[in-house]
Amino acid sequence: MQTNRDTSITHLDSSSLPTIEAIEAPSSHTVKGNRLGTAAWVAIAWIAFLALLAILAPVLPIPDPNQSFVAIARKGPTAGHWFGGDAIGRDLLSRIIWGTRSSFIVGFGAVAFGLILGGMLGLITGFFRGRVDGLITPLMNVLLAIPQFVLALSLVTVLASGAGVNSTRRLAVVVLGLGIVSIPLLGRITRANTLAWSEREFVLAAKAMGAKNGRIMVREVLPNVMPAMLSISLLGVGIAIVAEGGLSLFGVGVQLPMPSWGNIIAEGRGQMRNSPHIVIFTSIILFLTVMALNFLGDAVNRRFGVRESVL
Amino acid sequence: MAGSGTAHLRQPSESLLRVENLVVDFPAGRGKKVSAVSNVSFDIAPGETLGLVGESGCGKSTTGKAIMQLPRPTRGEVSLDGTDLCSLRGEQLRNTRPKLQMIFQDPISSLNPRRTVMQIVEEPLNIWKIGTPEERRLKVSEVLSSVGIDPEAAAERKPHEFSGGQCQRISIARAVITEPSVIICDEPVSALDVSVQAQILNLLEDMKARYGLTLVFIAHDLAVVKNISDRVAVMYLGKMCEIGSPDSLYAAPAHPYTRALLAAIPLPDPNASLDTEHHLEGDLPSPISPPSGCRFRTRCPLAQEICARVEPQMQHVTGDQFVACHFPLQAVSETPVAVQA
Amino acid sequence: MSIGNQIDGLPTPSGTPGAPKLLEVRDIVTRFTTDRGSLTAVNGVSLSLERGQTLGVVGESGSGKSVLSRSIMGLLPRANTERSGQVIFEGKEISGLNDTEYRELWGDEMAMIFQDPMTALNPVMKVGLQITESLRFHLNMSKADAKDTAIALLKAVKIPEPEKRFSSYPHEMSGGMRQRVVIAVALACGPKLLFADEPTTALDVTVQAQILDLLAEQQRERFMGIILVTHDLGVVAGRADEIAVMYAGQVVEQAPTALLFSEMKMPYTEALMSAIPKLTDASHTRLAAIGGRPPDLVNPPKGCAFSPRCPYVQPRCHEEAPALTPSPTAPEHLFACFYPIGSPETEEIRLRIAAQRLMATAPQFVTPAQGPPPIGEVPAPPSTADQPEGM
Repeated sequence: MQTNRDTSITHLDSSSLPTIEAIEAPSSHTVKGNRLGTAAWVAIAWIAFLALLAILAPVLPIPDPNQSFVAIARKGPTAGHWFGGDAIGRDLLSRIIWGTRSSFIVGFGAVAFGLILGGMLGLITGFFRGRVDGLITPLMNVLLAIPQFVLALSLVTVLASGAGVNSTRRLAVVVLGLGIVSIPLLGRITRANTLAWSEREFVLAAKAMGAKNGRIMVREVLPNVMPAMLSISLLGVGIAIVAEGGLSLFGVGVQLPMPSWGNIIAEGRGQMRNSPHIVIFTSIILFLTVMALNFLGDAVNRRFGVRESVL
Repeated sequence: MAGSGTAHLRQPSESLLRVENLVVDFPAGRGKKVSAVSNVSFDIAPGETLGLVGESGCGKSTTGKAIMQLPRPTRGEVSLDGTDLCSLRGEQLRNTRPKLQMIFQDPISSLNPRRTVMQIVEEPLNIWKIGTPEERRLKVSEVLSSVGIDPEAAAERKPHEFSGGQCQRISIARAVITEPSVIICDEPVSALDVSVQAQILNLLEDMKARYGLTLVFIAHDLAVVKNISDRVAVMYLGKMCEIGSPDSLYAAPAHPYTRALLAAIPLPDPNASLDTEHHLEGDLPSPISPPSGCRFRTRCPLAQEICARVEPQMQHVTGDQFVACHFPLQAVSETPVAVQA
Repeated sequence: MSIGNQIDGLPTPSGTPGAPKLLEVRDIVTRFTTDRGSLTAVNGVSLSLERGQTLGVVGESGSGKSVLSRSIMGLLPRANTERSGQVIFEGKEISGLNDTEYRELWGDEMAMIFQDPMTALNPVMKVGLQITESLRFHLNMSKADAKDTAIALLKAVKIPEPEKRFSSYPHEMSGGMRQRVVIAVALACGPKLLFADEPTTALDVTVQAQILDLLAEQQRERFMGIILVTHDLGVVAGRADEIAVMYAGQVVEQAPTALLFSEMKMPYTEALMSAIPKLTDASHTRLAAIGGRPPDLVNPPKGCAFSPRCPYVQPRCHEEAPALTPSPTAPEHLFACFYPIGSPETEEIRLRIAAQRLMATAPQFVTPAQGPPPIGEVPAPPSTADQPEGM
């Protein structure tokens, strides 16, 4: 067989154009582009606002989150301290803003970790199936069978409890723990989507063209699987932020004095009767954020999910 | 049918694509297997169009994919231009890809919805690093206009903005851009409306003439196959029934199954009497445990005891028509037809 | 059923005083709200049907044929849908019914067979139960009676071993068998009107013939009116008494089957016919494809909807939309065209096109018709061609 890989291009005589039934103009259907919907834009604005606050926390005119003001201890909102103070008189607003830092790092960090590893595994198992799949997928299923929270709790406890652990190390370990937990979940979603898209004829067409597997995975499959991955990841960020709060209740969340939404709520739990504002304010912020992430996840799926026909 | 044999093959030197004793089995769980294609042989001369017809489950699409080595056949030989593709490994096989292309049934599913028409049609050139970016773009424009798509207007659009017929044109453009010698068309018009189907069939004829293509045209519609083919092979349950030039095969089918298929076609003519006499009864048997002997015997009106015992072999009928049947409807030629190499 | 004599299998002459038609549809319009604007899927369709008769509705995808049958049955979703027009079933106006009232009709009086037997059946329910369900709902049958009736129905649609099949699941059956079950479900309560929406499109040609035979047989036995919706002129040619050709949501030509095929008036019908590859034509006969594509139903063209693709188009066609009017020679033949086939304007253009085509395609035409085209330096291959004819 002559594999004639001609590197020049032979131009055919354009006068020999066959008589086809007139060159069709593409459909006049104009697609209404880039519309995420108002709810999604509000969600983006909310998250961007929080992220901005978190980044600018050191330069914002707010008190040090660890500085105690005896006057506002367990007191509700006052003129100088909009969210009031916590049990030992630290400014709640400042703690929430600084807490946004650690909560976002935990949420986005853990999911990014899970997305990269889980996504890669999911893509590989879904694309190749067969032996690779037979090896990795059962492992993932075992991980999935262990209650997620217990798994994260044990991981963090084993890796970073005890006296000698500083806050940064703890933060990293919480990210890692929640990240590992999210691998099988994200991996599974990716794998399911990859399986479906790999069945499509354009993947077969790419193979028939001689494209290598890596190229097919990255260029043909991944872009189609991405929206579902992103959408689930956004939900995952919300879950991870909440899960960090859960870890805090067990004393293995982000380590005090470094604030996080989770540990503010965990700490404020004891003050529920006398000064409920600590838990309530933080929970409202948490609730709004998780909801914004969910909205955004949906919107991403709707916007970037594929339109495959005209109607 | 349900027959084997290679009596109908021409000299290897005359054929561009030659499929011999092709077998494709799929595991069906619990140690069982589905024999999707069983001992199928045919050959195609350069510039010829071979039509593969049969009902769903007859193995025609599997045959097409086995020729592409996607997936690889269980046994048998597929030689393209004298090279046995089944014996090639990895990179060697990959290097033959530009010569052998495929067009699929579902025009929507066969184009990646996230890529533009430009990217889709250019992809084979990118994979093989053919030409400079400028040359590639020119080539894409040229091929797109040759399939009747305005390159200016279409290049940056995505497949969902096009109708089924236009998508199929784009698929054809992608298939011809590497200037392959053989294109396997797997039910390329089954998903299209009649008016669009006619456009695509005409286009395939034009592309064939323009690029010097040899086609394997897989379809279930006998009228469509007749229109485009130089030779038609009828398949049933993984076996070949009959092969011949469409004009003789349709005028005088030698296999009872071919006759039944022809009788079942609803004709767009109210005066045509319905040939209910030759309508088939029953369903396709399971390919996991196909009938012994001739696989068609369970639904064949002419079946005798021998059909259950002996698998019929390809026999010469007339002209280039061959049939695998113990009781063919047309007299079998007495002359020895050992055109086998 | 109000008219006793119909049950004997006597076709009712249309317009019998006092005998309302089985179905009369007047000026149905169905619009869907889409992102891009209002889409008129069905645009002023009027039809009528007697018991025992089959009306074939033919059109390509997007012609509105499926939406029409759903509009008549009241099966369309209420959201984003706007429907107007009258549907008179046995003399009663039914288009204003609510869901509960419709439910009384569905299955009992009118039933539908869908294209895809796999999605039309509930995959987790035994087929027997899917049949007995409507028997028990509409006819208040006892469990045992319903089972007996269901088995009789399965036998009637020629399913082998009906007792055993009664407790099979849909996935255990072949496509043809499933479509038989769908038909059994549809026939269960003895509907007077059956909608068959592309009933054989998903099936193989040999099975298609079986299913169409079965439908014809059941129609004779039960004296049903059938509306057979299909894209395949071949399917309706041998099976329908009357045919309505749809294009862009409108009926563009309607006539008794024989008349339609012998004297097509509407250029679209003619184009649709000539686009079909014929078994009788030699291979490589160039097909007369219809250029362009069906109109966008959100922004339909001005004038006749077919005018942008019509080979015989005249200036007037771009300005005014022709109405569906009876042919002066045969009042049962309706068509919507200013310049029907056979009119002097059309014939003149036809001759011109024929001449042009002959000139333009002659060289291309000849090459593929005679064996393989001359690509490659390969000698013409068929070695067996010189063999003596063995007949």
